[in-house]
Amino acid sequence: MATTTMDEGLVGRGARDGGRLFREWFQTLTEAAESGERAAYVFVMGSMMEILRSFDMHTVFPEINSLQTAVRRVSDEYLSVAEDHGFSPDVCGYVKADYGLQMRGGEHPMGRIPKPSVAVLTNACNTYLKWGEIWERLYEIPIITVDVPGSRRAPGSQAHRAGELERDRQYVEHQIREMIGTLEEVSGRKFDIDRFREVLDFTNQMGRSWRRMMELNANHPAVFDAMQEGTIYLGVANALRGTQAGADYFRDLVEEMEYKVAENISPLVDRDEEHRLIFVGVPCYPIFRRFYQLFTEWGGVFVSSTYMWFASGGLDRDFEYDLDNPIASIAEGMLQSVTGAVDAMLFHDQSLIEAIDRYGADGVVYHPVKSCRTVSTGLADSRRVVLENRDVLCLYIESDMMDKRVVSEAQLKNRIDAFFEGLESRKLRMAASGAAS
Amino acid sequence: MEAANDAAGAGTEPRDIVRLMDLACDAPLDETLWYVREIVEDSDFPTVRKWTEAGGKVLGHFQVYFPEELAHAAGMLPVKIRGAQMDRREADSHFGSYLCSILRSSLELGLTDRIDLAMFVTHPICDAARNLASIWARNLDSPAQILYLPQNPNSAFAGVYLEGEYGRVLADITEITGHPVTDDDLRASIVVFNDNRRLLRDLYAIKRETPWLLPMDEAYVLVSIGGLITREEHNELLERVLPMILAREARPQDKIRVVFEGGFCEQPPLDLLRSIAQFCYVVDDDFLIGLRWITSDIPTEGAPLQNLAKAYLDESSYSPVQHDLRKPKEKMLLERIRGARADAAIVSAAKMCEPGLDEQVAYSQALDQEDIPYFVTEFEEKMTSFDHLQIQLETFVENLLFQ
Repeated sequence: MATTTMDEGLVGRGARDGGRLFREWFQTLTEAAESGERAAYVFVMGSMMEILRSFDMHTVFPEINSLQTAVRRVSDEYLSVAEDHGFSPDVCGYVKADYGLQMRGGEHPMGRIPKPSVAVLTNACNTYLKWGEIWERLYEIPIITVDVPGSRRAPGSQAHRAGELERDRQYVEHQIREMIGTLEEVSGRKFDIDRFREVLDFTNQMGRSWRRMMELNANHPAVFDAMQEGTIYLGVANALRGTQAGADYFRDLVEEMEYKVAENISPLVDRDEEHRLIFVGVPCYPIFRRFYQLFTEWGGVFVSSTYMWFASGGLDRDFEYDLDNPIASIAEGMLQSVTGAVDAMLFHDQSLIEAIDRYGADGVVYHPVKSCRTVSTGLADSRRVVLENRDVLCLYIESDMMDKRVVSEAQLKNRIDAFFEGLESRKLRMAASGAAS
Repeated sequence: MEAANDAAGAGTEPRDIVRLMDLACDAPLDETLWYVREIVEDSDFPTVRKWTEAGGKVLGHFQVYFPEELAHAAGMLPVKIRGAQMDRREADSHFGSYLCSILRSSLELGLTDRIDLAMFVTHPICDAARNLASIWARNLDSPAQILYLPQNPNSAFAGVYLEGEYGRVLADITEITGHPVTDDDLRASIVVFNDNRRLLRDLYAIKRETPWLLPMDEAYVLVSIGGLITREEHNELLERVLPMILAREARPQDKIRVVFEGGFCEQPPLDLLRSIAQFCYVVDDDFLIGLRWITSDIPTEGAPLQNLAKAYLDESSYSPVQHDLRKPKEKMLLERIRGARADAAIVSAAKMCEPGLDEQVAYSQALDQEDIPYFVTEFEEKMTSFDHLQIQLETFVENLLFQ
């Protein structure tokens, strides 16, 4: 256990400030809803926040709204509204919770959510497309799709032919220009390219800090838990993308993490880091805190997660917007970030192997969920590749991110305990064989 | 077989028909239908095996739509991968719990060497299917890839993009076959597929106008076999059997006319279709809609890839897996129902099929608004018991007949 004197003002500041900023953001949305203002509905993978911000539009992330109902243990109330309207128990819980929220007039445990004036969606998740169609039916609003062609096969397995990537980029750029026209109509404002540049610059700053933060977590011990704190950071990264507050937050976060590295302060408060893990999938939000504890009780820390790759809006990628050529550059950024996000869900086996090496991980936890087939479909299969290539233990546990009917804490605990027993036994064997040699 | 592969560079010259079915050209209708049904239900895919054993190459494409003309022009056999009804011994360990059956059984076909593909293409039709490219590539030798059909067909640039994407796939195909494909090759293939789609429209006209002549299960196998044989052979088959069907001596029965919706990807067992046919005339449906996606002839003049792309975007049907603001699915279903003069709809979805299940809600709400009776159900390709469904459907039909 780390015994250094903690700077109470610095350590934990990211979590505290993240919570505060999140509450303030929800308060803004509540005020907008109560004054009858509307918002742009967007998704974490390809949010196009920079363009929406340049129109000073309120933005709502329905995925975040939905997961917050689960974290606050009321998702079942929203799910049941949707299922009463005919939605199957087997479809995405995020969609159903949002549908329930719309039926309840935007009532949400963190405030009130404004109705949409427009929705922007990508094909990063096919359910986004179906979701947008629901809003179109409910509100008859413009639905803007930015279709982003992703990797056609495993990255690196075949070289692109000349012109292929450029054609994809042009397709995205063309759609973005069409989107700007629609937003001008919806907002009644002209697109302000200088404001747009300013917003892009804030995102560039956030991205630099994000990547530095991820890099710092390779420290032993890790300085944050990629599932617990990582989820907070993801929330801020999405909600405050392209803002001064977002850029400041992540700059401060890097300061905190660098301090923790210097002082070897782990995210575990009452014990040492024993096992370094990578999390694959989406957390179990209906029992979020307990789910996290099931790992920390054994000294497990998630040093990285695919969630922080695919839900960060491309901040994990070594890319910065070119402020001299902003439209073409955001098209390039969109292509890279959505492709990277989809790769992190579909073609992640090699990235996981690299992450195991980079972070010195002992184990990988796969958490496929009923609600999300994008994230979950390939996990059982990709696990085989990881096990063939690295001497790590893998845990495969299924539950859900929204629906507590398919979350069995006792069964999860049994599987997780057995996983850690395996990790500890393996550690002892390795220590013994090391001593013998 | 050699004739098929050699013909790839033959331009607009007519090709010899490569026949993969062991069926006499003058076989009676009942024997033909029995044989076709056997082939469609055979999870060893004997027609495809015959093609590969003779040295032919197969391009397998997962549901829903693939421009088969590209593979055909290159001398490959395009085969629609739509799972199969069989015991799964290998594939289930590669997947989690909450997934549809077609995904598992399609991988099973590859893992158990039932089908030997030179190339596999899947599509981002849903979040599960998109994953199939990576899973296939990790476990099988045949190259696997995703064809990104545009999900924003409303963009003015979508046609340019799609033409380029077809060009990319064609380049991959020609790397496999080893010889180039000319525009004339593509035009010749478009002619063959135009004929095929016209014949399928004729078949659906029989379903619509004289459904007592063609029960839905028979219509289904006649369409479905097209994804398993050369398209020239399919054309030959349809040209022969459609007049025979029209000449049948069958009389209309007191059955309600329904549209079946929900068969765009995973396919129900034939016994389920027969169960439905006992009570209803299915006068239109979306089974294997990819084979009928293009709704009019594709021009043979001009740039063939551009024509194929334009047809996909602008001269096409609808399904829950294509997002097109011009084609709200519930409005399209209402058009289908009215166009077929149907009394009711069966709104179905495969178990765990997210697009299908999502669409059931919109369909139901639209049908409620229009006061059109409908029956909601789910199916699975490997289901074997239909008693429950039959009772429910019978009750639904009786309610309509006697109300």
